[in-house]
Amino acid sequence: MGRLQDRFRELRGRGECALLPFVTAGDPDLEFTEALVLAFAAAGADGLEIGVPFSDPIADGPTIQRASQRALASHTSLRRILELVKRVRAKVDVPLVLMGYANPFFAMGEERFAVAAAEVGVDGVICPDLPPEEGEAFYGALEAKGVGPILLAAPTTRPERLTRLAARTRGFLYYVALTGVTGARAAVSADLRAGVARVREISDVPVCVGFGVSTPEQAREIGGFADGVVVASAIIDRMERAPTREEKLDVATRFVAELKAALRPA
Amino acid sequence: MTQAPGHFGAYGGRYVPETLVAALDELEEARLHVVPSDAFQRELDDLLRTYAGRPTPLTFARRITEDLGGARVYLKREDLAHTGAHKINNVLGQALLARSMGKRRVIAETGAGQHGVATATACALLGLDCEVYQGAEDVERQALNVFRMELLGARVLPVEAGSRTLKDAINEAMRDWVTNVRDTYYCIGSTMGPHPYPTLVRDFQRVIGVEARRQILEVEGRLPDVLVACVGGGSNAMGLFHPFLADGGVRMIGCEAGGEGLASGRHGATMTAGVAGIFHGQRTLVLSDDDGQIFPAHSISAGLDYPGVGPEHAFLRDSGRAQYVAVTDAEALDALQYLSRMEGIIPALESAHAIAHLRRLAPTLANDAIVIVNLSGRGDKDVMQVRELLRSAVGGVH
Repeated sequence: MGRLQDRFRELRGRGECALLPFVTAGDPDLEFTEALVLAFAAAGADGLEIGVPFSDPIADGPTIQRASQRALASHTSLRRILELVKRVRAKVDVPLVLMGYANPFFAMGEERFAVAAAEVGVDGVICPDLPPEEGEAFYGALEAKGVGPILLAAPTTRPERLTRLAARTRGFLYYVALTGVTGARAAVSADLRAGVARVREISDVPVCVGFGVSTPEQAREIGGFADGVVVASAIIDRMERAPTREEKLDVATRFVAELKAALRPA
Repeated sequence: MTQAPGHFGAYGGRYVPETLVAALDELEEARLHVVPSDAFQRELDDLLRTYAGRPTPLTFARRITEDLGGARVYLKREDLAHTGAHKINNVLGQALLARSMGKRRVIAETGAGQHGVATATACALLGLDCEVYQGAEDVERQALNVFRMELLGARVLPVEAGSRTLKDAINEAMRDWVTNVRDTYYCIGSTMGPHPYPTLVRDFQRVIGVEARRQILEVEGRLPDVLVACVGGGSNAMGLFHPFLADGGVRMIGCEAGGEGLASGRHGATMTAGVAGIFHGQRTLVLSDDDGQIFPAHSISAGLDYPGVGPEHAFLRDSGRAQYVAVTDAEALDALQYLSRMEGIIPALESAHAIAHLRRLAPTLANDAIVIVNLSGRGDKDVMQVRELLRSAVGGVH
């Protein structure tokens, strides 16, 4: 949690927007994910979202569905992902956030996961199908161990609820850029700026925007009004098109560097 | 934040992406304020009576009663409702609700195709656009129902993801709803999913039990001893059980898909072999591995081929108010033939699971005991599949 706060404070100080690339852990195996995370950190990522694959990802479009299937095919489990975080944490100090559907966390046990996550150095957890009404026991357990429960807000979120979400989230608020599932999109929604402004009026919590962000130009546009940008499917799409592991790593890392360059103040 | 409504003990709830929270709030508002209104109830009652063919009969199964040599057996004839299954009760209610909420587009998921056909029917009746997600494997094995939906003016969208069955159709319907939430109504077909669906669907299906209760009192002058129904998501069972919950002397038995046997791992028996988990917007019993990944169910019947179950059933199981048993594919196939020959009724493979358990149960009961079996659907949709299965089976029809 502290790493996220420090990073956002530092970036705000120099008027810079954070880049949070997403990778599905274990796609196609955890060895590759480890190389990817380290390469992204070196390329300027301000934090990593590490996806915990789930069999039934209802908020995800085809790209992350395929990535999840590949990860599950190589027997990626939450336990092994925590081991990955431990290895990565020994090498880099970049904030690491796990993003995954509720069931794998609950299958491990909320308390047991919270302890393990804190121990290996996880900074935050995003659970897209666990609204705070259902998740308070889990979120409380995480927070007690110093792991930030990161909540999502959407364009459809009503004002009084938005206030409660902004107050409860830790590290940052994940603002869903569109009504829809994850996946690359051609353009940024026209309502997005106003959506983020709604949060600004009620809270000074950092706001990161994700879902559909696909190009350095879109990232720069969003960087003009948000604290962070999450890019996921667009990275995976590029890796899918590259034929070898070396080329996947290379094309993804270069893309991350381009995205970060677009977010630095001119 | 305060705990969300819609919990049944440790189960139920609302585990959904944030984008859907407002839509579920809106639906809950409509459930609480529109559904109970006189105007809504009058229109629904009228449709159930003049369009769906309610009340459905309660048939005394004379030959089965004699053959099994135990309890007196009655069949609640949901197979005689319009579209051939109990599904119509729920969709008429939800389609009326969609219209009153100003949603012109209705989406649905379907396994066997019965809920898809029913939704397409209600949408045709009320002039709403209808799109139905169905797993590609189910599209293949239920070709007749696909064609029926298309005749009714609906679009059937085959889902190639995952196991290509009901669970994947639900995933895809939820993704559609997340994307089109402002103008689209998601018509869930069973007592499952995020709150308020399990309650909403149950309340629309309660008509089964309300009628059965009145009918058995008319013919027998007393309440039944046992209710038997098949359980996939659990809507026909919940519809029959719920009006009897306060009648302590009435036992309730849900029959779930034992598939190729529990030991085979190929089944849909969440209540006997499942664990608590979070899936499709609800906390319920699911088929999941130690890492929390949901694994595909298996059943001879597409309608029971689901790795979860409605949360209220999970609650009734834990509380002991209802019991749940597994019935294998082979037992269901036998039971389908048995009912066809004994009573001249070809049941759906889903409903045949309840008949199969009746055959075990009835002989153990006293002669003056009364059992009501919910015959949730007719078997026309399964006739081709059954023919293939019997042709390939050693010994053929028996």
